[in-house]
Parts: sequence; structure tokens; C-alpha cells
Amino acid sequence: MYVKTTRHPDLPPPLSEVGVLGWLRKNLFSSWLNSLTTLAAAGLLLAALPPILNWGLFSANWIGQTKDACLPPQGNPDGACWVFIRVRFDLLMYGFYPLAERWRVVLTFLLLVGLGGPLILSTLLPFRERIKQSLLLLLPLAVAAYSLVFHGILPGLAALGLLLVPELLGRAFKRKLLPPAMPPWLRQAVFIGVPILVWFVVSRAMQSLDPGAAGPMALAAGSLAFLIFALSGRSVTSWRFALLFTLYPCAAYLLLLGGGLGLPLVETDRWGGMFLTLVIAGIGIAVSLPVGILLALGRRSRMPVIKALCVSFIEFVRGVPLISVLFMVSVMLPLTLPQGVHFDKLLRALIGVSLFYAAYMAEVVRGGLQAIPKGQYEAAEALGLRYWKSMRLIILPQALRLVIPGITNTFLGLLKDTTLVAVINLMDILGILKSALADSNWLGYTKEAYVFAGLAFWLLCFALSRYSMHLERRLKTDR
Amino acid sequence: MSSLAPKTSPDPARPSRLAGLAGLANNPAFRSALVQLLVFAAVVAGLIWVVSTTADNLKRAGISSGFGFLGQTAGFEISQTLIEYSRSSTYARVFWVGLLNTLLVSVISITASTLIGFVVGVLRLSSNWLVSSLAAAYIGLIRNIPLLLQILFWYIAILMPLPGPRQSYSLWETFFLCNRGVILPRPEFHPGSWLILAFALLAVLAVIALVLWSRRRQRLTGQRFPTFAASLGLLAVLPLLGASLAGFPLTWVIPELRGFNFQGGMTLLPELIALILALTLYTAGFIAENVRAGIQSVDRGQEEAAAALGLRPGTIMRLVVIPQAMRVIIPPLTSQHLTLVKNSSLAVVIGYPDLISVFAGTTLNQTGQAVEIIAMTMLFYLTVSLLISLFMNWYNKRMALKER
Repeated sequence: MYVKTTRHPDLPPPLSEVGVLGWLRKNLFSSWLNSLTTLAAAGLLLAALPPILNWGLFSANWIGQTKDACLPPQGNPDGACWVFIRVRFDLLMYGFYPLAERWRVVLTFLLLVGLGGPLILSTLLPFRERIKQSLLLLLPLAVAAYSLVFHGILPGLAALGLLLVPELLGRAFKRKLLPPAMPPWLRQAVFIGVPILVWFVVSRAMQSLDPGAAGPMALAAGSLAFLIFALSGRSVTSWRFALLFTLYPCAAYLLLLGGGLGLPLVETDRWGGMFLTLVIAGIGIAVSLPVGILLALGRRSRMPVIKALCVSFIEFVRGVPLISVLFMVSVMLPLTLPQGVHFDKLLRALIGVSLFYAAYMAEVVRGGLQAIPKGQYEAAEALGLRYWKSMRLIILPQALRLVIPGITNTFLGLLKDTTLVAVINLMDILGILKSALADSNWLGYTKEAYVFAGLAFWLLCFALSRYSMHLERRLKTDR
Repeated sequence: MSSLAPKTSPDPARPSRLAGLAGLANNPAFRSALVQLLVFAAVVAGLIWVVSTTADNLKRAGISSGFGFLGQTAGFEISQTLIEYSRSSTYARVFWVGLLNTLLVSVISITASTLIGFVVGVLRLSSNWLVSSLAAAYIGLIRNIPLLLQILFWYIAILMPLPGPRQSYSLWETFFLCNRGVILPRPEFHPGSWLILAFALLAVLAVIALVLWSRRRQRLTGQRFPTFAASLGLLAVLPLLGASLAGFPLTWVIPELRGFNFQGGMTLLPELIALILALTLYTAGFIAENVRAGIQSVDRGQEEAAAALGLRPGTIMRLVVIPQAMRVIIPPLTSQHLTLVKNSSLAVVIGYPDLISVFAGTTLNQTGQAVEIIAMTMLFYLTVSLLISLFMNWYNKRMALKER
């Protein structure tokens, strides 16, 4: 008699359940209804995809300089005419920014990469802290080297200076500058008094040297003085972050607008294209988040007057379309200003977009604030923290981390809605497209134009949303 | 994070009661009152300043304020009017025409985008890989492209280059598509048509009664009645009966090509079509994501329990999953509808005569009454927002989990 003493090894699963066949069976043909759906969807794809790919890629016209390149003798009229986009690419990027000055736009963008890049990279790379710090330095150095080579000595040196500021300051002020035993009122007086003094002196000194650059330079010097007191003893990362919001805007303002330091003035009505879109989106994002946080705190404030003001502002703004807000700032704002005061059109659009999105941001942040358990508030109070300190150190870091998806959604909405400024005649990418399409040499290439702009926005939005998902995951695992 | 840890500092010996000014400055109640007073004063002062400079500027520009302008003659044409309108109508009439056009676009797009959004959201969760990937691709594409761009794409890149009326695409020589829009047969009502309307109304009432009756019957006896098919039948048969009683007073005027344009028939402007297409497809992408989130929030056990009871997949979706998912879906759905109404104002870029275009655009340029016109426009949007959210809150409360 045969008695099996060992366990028989498991039989392999039937062929129809594993591998490609199994996957197909499970995901596409699990029942007759499912198979029918699959066939219908595949049919739809087969009907739609080939013509689209053919138009956009295979029969498309890429080479050439004029419209003739896309017309029968040379080109294929059934394909897209990407020549149009290629020829007009600079216009779509920079608008009517003078040709000789476009390097300033590029440099501004590169400075952003040099200052902000390490911040983003530091969230992406899983290196050890010390390696990371030295590797992250490579990016600013590369940007500075690039501007040295391609933009000349002075811009290069300026870029090098700006990009190395956080590193230098971070290393120079490793210790707190003000002694801890200092009475608080004196500390606050130094915090506020010294920067104002610096600002005053620099603006006076620059006024005689170069009036066009006096404003931004003085502002930069003043905020730098403030940061040195406020940030001494913090990491290089905090310096980078702080300088991105103080020094960089001053530099960008000076670079883009000009009118000082030997840079010719470029009025904002010549700004345009993707560059203007990104300027509006960037400033809108940078302003709407802090204002939104303040509004959210105001909405949850215990002071009835503050609360009522914040609630009515938020609810009013959320109840009306952005276009009507833009109309309001472009038509009504000039009426409310005294004679002689003139607001730049771009500035008006920026005010409209920022305040509009600040209200939405406030609602997102409020959601985060409400999700923080009451115990956290009480614990902060029990530690003796004052309102602002408890918000800054305990509540907001937790609340903002919770609402990263909401914040990203609002940012994405803002990025997409910058296109609306075309309605008040600003030359953002859509405005420029319209003017490029009106060119009698290139009539009729509307599909190419809008597909290109759509792709550009899609890439930007997609990258932003992926980055936020990554950030969310990272902050979650940190716990 | 180390920076979050509170720093321990020796508490300075504080006198138990600070006298005078310093004590008052450290009193929380006093500080809060002072801050509020200051903010309030600043806001009031700012408002007074704004109003006075505005009044000053208006006086200097010679613009009289007030709503007197509403009675003046508008003197411009509007390409689509739902109510009677001509050049000699007043600006008040312009306001109503624009308002109705905005509402028309909003209602159509809200209905269509909700339907498409639900379908795409359910397909996104389909077990069929191809179908769910297609739905995901649609959502990922449409949500990341600005709405304005999509409107312009449909209008300028798709509808405008269509052939003219003479080479238009046609369906059975009755429906036409060309660069003037979609041309449909127009119903013409002859005397006696009110009977059709009356019978249609009767049909609706009958359907409501039928639904109530069949629900009660099912509750009492457990027997089900084919309500859906019966309702469809009622809705089809009763108006037809009315028409035959009145001797078919309704005729359709088929559009005909005469010269360079169509005569007779009813035209849907390309602006309207582009706007509805873009708004519907764009919002549907967002609604689909809300629907997906809602369905995923329903516990899987519910579905399995329903399957164990022997319900079919379609029935499970309809009777078990969707009703529970609705509680999660409704709040974001409301805000999508609100956003859609506000987004319909983008009509202005393609010249569809909505409220913003004809009132805050043309009328404002002609009269210069910026303050009044912007205020009226914003008031309209605020009212609509308020009404939609009130309705949805009511609905939400009705659907909410009843905890006993």
C-alpha cells in the first residue's frame, strides 16, 4: 500500500488564470457583457486615435519657415502645421517683450530655478542630509555659471551673488544674533527698527545714484536685515525659503521691469505670452496662500467684528465669477482712486486674481483648521503660547499638511484661470495666440494654436498635481 | 520637528496685578475690543474714502449715478433672445435677456454634465481595464486644460471652420450643421395647441401619482410595478392623445436653404453650442471624480451583502451603492454646479450674449454706469449661488443619514 507522507506540491494555476492571458481574461473579458464593452471601447479607440495621431504626428509639417511649407507642393495639408508654432514660438513665450531684452526674462526664470530648485529637489531626493546640502548647491552654481557664460559678466555675478546668499547667510549666522535674555519689547524694536533704518538709508543713498533701482534695492536690503535677525540660527533651507519670498521678488521686479541699474524700462503692456501667464500665476499663488491663511484664521476668530468681515468677504467673492471681479478691478477700481493715481493694468489684474483665490484658499485652510482636534489648541494655550505663536508653531503646520490636496487644487484652478485676464486685454498666452492667429500670413491654423496651448497647460498642471501627490505621501511617512 | 518644541524659559517673576496702563494692555478682553474697534474704524474710514472719491470722480466725469439709465433705449441688437427684444427696448430688457441666456446655458450644462459625470465616474471604477483607463484619460485630460481654452477651441478651431450654409452637413435634409450653427425644424403652434400642453401636464401629474402609488403598494404588499416603463408610456401617449383631440395643431417648419442662408427652422448659435460643449465636458470631468470618490466611500461590505441577497450588479449600484454614495457626492456636486453657473460668464470671450457680455460689457460701455451695472451683475450671481446652495442644503438634509 502506498501512503503519501509528504505534502504534494501545489499545482501551478491554470494557464488561463496567469500571465497575459489571465490578465486579459480577468480585466477585459470576464463576462460576455464585459467582452462586448471591451470590443466597443477598442472600436472607439481605433476609430478616434489613428486620425488624431496622423494629424498631430505622422502627417504633420515640422520643417520650414513660411506657410508654404504646410501647403501641397511641399507639405501635407492633412497634417498639423507645427511650423506655425515653431516660427511664432518666441512670440508665444515672451509676447512683445523687446527682442534685445528677452535674456532678462530667461535670467529671472533661471534665478527662480536656482533659488527654488534646491527646495523642490530636497523634497524629491532621498539623500543623506550632508550629501544633499552639497549636491543641492550644484544647481545654483550651474545657473550662475550659465548666466555668466551666456548673459555676460555683470548678470552672471549678480546671479551668483543672489543664489549664494542663502548658503552664506546660513553659515554666517549659525547662532542666534540677539541674546535670549533680551526683553521682548527691545527684541521687537530691533526686529522692526533696524530694517526700517536700513531701508531708509539705502533708499536715500540709491535715490541719488540710480532712482529707478532705489525702490526694490531698498526693499531687498530692508528685508534682508529683518531676515538676519529673524532667521539667525536656522537651517540653510529656511533661508532659501525666506529669500525666495523677499529677495527674489525684488530682483525679479528690477530685472523684468527695468528702469534702473542700466536696464532699459520695459512697460508691462509689452509683457505677454507664457511668461505673463507664469508671472500672474506665480504672484497669485504667492499672495493668495498667506492672505487665505489670514482670512481663514479671521473666520475662526473669537472677535465678532473680524469674523464678520472675513466671512462676508469670503462669501461675497465665492459667490461671483472671476470675470466679474476682473471687470470690477479694471472698470471700478480706477473710479475709486483719487485723480492722478494710476494703477497699472497688470497690477489691477493681479489684485483681482490674488484676492479672488485668497477667498477660495481661506475655505481650504479653514477645513484644515477644523480638522485639528481641540486638544491641540488647548495644549498650545496651556504651554503659555500666545495666539500667533500657537498658530505658527502648533496649529498651522498640522492643518496645512492635512489640506495639501485642497491647496494644490486651488493652485491648479488659479493657474488655469490666469487665462481669463485675456478678457481685460492683457496679452497672456491666449491673448498672444489671438494676435498670432490674426496674422494674415498664417490664417486658419487655429487648431494647432489651441492644441499647443492646451498641451502646455496640461503639462504644467499635471506636473504640479504629481508633485503635490508626492509631497503629500512624503509628509505622511514622516510621521 | 525640533523647532516645534516649546522653548522653556524662566518665567520672570511677574507681579500679580499690574497697575494702570500696562495692566490694561495685557488684559485679553480689552486688547480684543481695541483690535476690533481699530479694524472696524479702519474699514469704515476706507469705505467712506472710497465712496467719496468715487462720487467725486463720477461728478467730474459727468456721469449721473442711480438706476435711471435702465429706462433708456438700448439701441443694439442681440443675437439670441428668449424673450421679445428689439433695438428700441430698454436697458432693463437687456438685463433680463442676458440673465435668461445665462440661465439657459447653465441649466442645460448642469443637467448634461451631471449625467455625463455620473456615467464617467461609474465607468472609472469599472472592472474592465480598457473602459476605466479611457475614463481616467478623459478625466486627466479635461481637468488640466483651462476652460477658456476649451471654449475657444470648440468655437474657433472646430465650429468656425465648418463649411458655410450651402455646403452644410445635413441629416435627412432636416437637421443642418454649418458655421452658422445647428439648424433644427421649428415647431409652429396653431390654435388648440394648449390642449397638448395640458395633456403633457396631465401626464407629469399622472406619473407622480403613479410613482407614489407604486411605492406605497410595494411597501404594503412587496409587489413591484414596472413604474419606469409605465411612466415613459404615459409621457408619450397622453400628449399624443391631446394632439389628436385637437386635430394635430402642431406643425414643424423644416429649414430650407434660400440664397446664402436657411429660412424657417430654428438656429442654435455656434456660440451656444461651443459654450455648452465646453462647460459640459469640463464640469463632467470634475463631477466624475466626485462620483468616484463617493462610490469608493461606500463600504465594500454593503456591495457584498447586496450580492449575497441575490441582487444583480446593476441593481446593487442603483439601490444600494448610489443612494449611500449620494451623501458624500452632494456637497461637492453643489459646488460644481455653482462653479458652472459662474463659469458660464466666460461666454463673453466668444460673444455669446450672456449677462456679462450684454450687460456688464455692451451696456456698461454705452452708459458708463460702472458701479450700478457691476453691482447688479454681482447681485444676480450671488442670488443664484445662494438659491442653488439653499436647494442643495435642503436636498442634502433629506438624504442625510437618519440616526435614531
